[in-house]
Amino acid sequence: MAKSFKGGIHPPYHKNLTKDKEIRTASEPKEVVLPLSQHTGTICTPLVVVGDTVKVGQKIGDSDKLISAPIHASISGKVKAIEPRLHPSGSKILSIVIESDGQNTVHESIAPFPPLEKLTREEIRKIVRNAGIVGMGGAAFPTHVKLSPPPEKKISHIIINGSECEPYLTCDHRLMLEEPEKIILGTKAIMKAAGAINGIIAIEDNKPDVIKIMQKLIKGTLNLKVIIVKTKYPQGGEKQLIKAILNKEVPSGGLPMDVGVVVNNVGTAAQIAKTLLTGMPLIDRIVTITGSGVKNPSNLRVKIGTSIDFALQECGGLQGETGKIMFGGPMMGLAQTSVDVPITKYNNGVIVLSRKEVTILRDDPCMRCGKCIEACPIGLMPNFLGDAGQTSNWKRAKELSVKDCIECGCCTYVCGSERLLVHYIKLAKNALQNKLEKRKTK
Amino acid sequence: MSEKLILSVSPHIHSGESIRKAMREVFIALVPAMAAGVFFFGIKALILIVSLMAASIITEFIMLKILGKPVKGLDGSAGITGLLLALILPPIYPIWMGIIGIVIAIVIAKHLFGGLGYNIFNPALVARAALLASWPIATTTWIKPLQFLSKEWWGNIPSLDAITQATPLGITKLAALGQTTESLPSYFNMFIGNRGGSIGETCIIALLIGGIYLLWKKVITWHIPVCYIGTVFVLSALLGKDPLFHVLAGGLVIGAFFMATDYVTAPVTSKGKIIFGLSCGVLTVLIRLYGGFPEGVNYAILLMNIGTPLLDKYTQPRVYGKK
Repeated sequence: MAKSFKGGIHPPYHKNLTKDKEIRTASEPKEVVLPLSQHTGTICTPLVVVGDTVKVGQKIGDSDKLISAPIHASISGKVKAIEPRLHPSGSKILSIVIESDGQNTVHESIAPFPPLEKLTREEIRKIVRNAGIVGMGGAAFPTHVKLSPPPEKKISHIIINGSECEPYLTCDHRLMLEEPEKIILGTKAIMKAAGAINGIIAIEDNKPDVIKIMQKLIKGTLNLKVIIVKTKYPQGGEKQLIKAILNKEVPSGGLPMDVGVVVNNVGTAAQIAKTLLTGMPLIDRIVTITGSGVKNPSNLRVKIGTSIDFALQECGGLQGETGKIMFGGPMMGLAQTSVDVPITKYNNGVIVLSRKEVTILRDDPCMRCGKCIEACPIGLMPNFLGDAGQTSNWKRAKELSVKDCIECGCCTYVCGSERLLVHYIKLAKNALQNKLEKRKTK
Repeated sequence: MSEKLILSVSPHIHSGESIRKAMREVFIALVPAMAAGVFFFGIKALILIVSLMAASIITEFIMLKILGKPVKGLDGSAGITGLLLALILPPIYPIWMGIIGIVIAIVIAKHLFGGLGYNIFNPALVARAALLASWPIATTTWIKPLQFLSKEWWGNIPSLDAITQATPLGITKLAALGQTTESLPSYFNMFIGNRGGSIGETCIIALLIGGIYLLWKKVITWHIPVCYIGTVFVLSALLGKDPLFHVLAGGLVIGAFFMATDYVTAPVTSKGKIIFGLSCGVLTVLIRLYGGFPEGVNYAILLMNIGTPLLDKYTQPRVYGKK
């Protein structure tokens, strides 16, 4: 029996568009835009100036704060500009623009690391940090922080997230199919760094091909297991995975490490392996470029900083009347204002919907059908949270545990009154956060 | 890129559920009961249904205009209110009285409370309660089913006495007082609707088909109808009455599937729905057996409507990661 959690939804998956398409490497971009914030946490400061020549893998931005991750040049060439540029989040963020010299010269510091057995926990953490590795499943949380739990928190389980529950996306699926050894090596490295004895690779039961391959590869490895989870959105949410697999709950306001678990995406694990084997930091990633608005939907390996425009051209360009372009999956992804936005470390998908496919919600009054409550994987009452957000009743939103919302979007998806529930919830969260910060500064 | 891109907050896809769709499903689910009502009680029943639905939609339109709300708010819910009210009125009910009921339902019970989503009481049930208080005789004058089969129907205009008949629950109430010699219809006749009663309440099989349709389409969940009907069955048996009779008689089935499940006036949580259904069942049996009225479904649901906000509050699901 595949394991699962309470609530959730079964949206149409549309994975057939790309699930059988092999990962293809995009051609070299003429220019990359590397925002100095591609992670949760402190923005980096540039280590180069305009006019500098940089090489592939060279560190060009860093921060001395713990929760941050350095930025590396993904191509070789000249630093053309350091200025605020449009970021996937919608705002302008200081970015380093590199013009390619077409050489792709690798920086001299790049060299393979010793095998995993010879590395200490500290060394692995340092390697991961210096490689700028962040959660590649969309969360963008700096991975080295996850691997360095405080001494009082003992980590028992590492869960490698291969659920890929968002509709349309298949980059993790393809990665698991094409580079399973890397994922397993990365998992072992994560286990060693975090000091965990058990490693679990969690895969949704709609990917039987991957399950078979992984099971075969880990055969005989005592502390590694493949666990099959039910195909349901948001199965890949870390709270949902932990509940489904270990029947534990991350305490409200806490982190997975509070229950002795660290969850990492398969992409992150593979990147760690790649860095160990080659020394190359995080400079490229696989992106599923798909949707009815794309001529040739693909799983594309692109250099970080490549514009969506360039990536779309690599996939035959747009077709039909474009309605919406989003970064990430359709449930939690961000709608983009322009194709002139760089692909960052955590962008797992670019989805183009035609105008016809875009639903404009009516935002009618709640008819109280209760479907959002059934669908909420956290056990919240989104209908009342929506009311609280809509009427700026922040106190009520707090009482209703608005901060526990993971913004998975299930409530809005099922809402018969077509309410913008996630929108109202985000409003309430922001307002409460601002209030808190104001109180702190007082 | 010349075209403008559409922006919105996630999620970017939707299930396609809408108020209109839900109302359409409820309408489809009521078609069998409507057809049965018209078959058993004649064309007058159909005229009443159509008039009340039309009156309801017109009243809703006027209210939206007066309140300055967008007419896009015309979502089909008013039509359903009109239909439901007609189905719980006697087949030969005067249309003008029905229209007054509609005005009470739409203006007072619905819009004065804030419109769809905000009304505390089920509008159709409020209207019926008000009509029963205002015109007690007309609102409880039932006709014999299948009159077109009888000779009197085709001759002169029959007297009211010749065509009227008490409902099964009415018969038990009157029999207890020694005031009637009418006999109860068989289970089979009660099941197919061949008995006196409101237009849409008598044909149990038609209502069950509609109810199952709503369950299948996931418009409603099992909690309220199962708990409601189950409680009536068990409790009436415990009190020494015929449980099957109490399930088939009166407006229990239409009430349990179509009135008590009204989204707006029932609890939103599963636990709340279970308590709501159980309580409706208890109240219905108590009113039927010990109250002044033969039937208790209408008041039982209205009384429980008051408890809905409380049930919502005390049946909140446990939040993940909280004790």
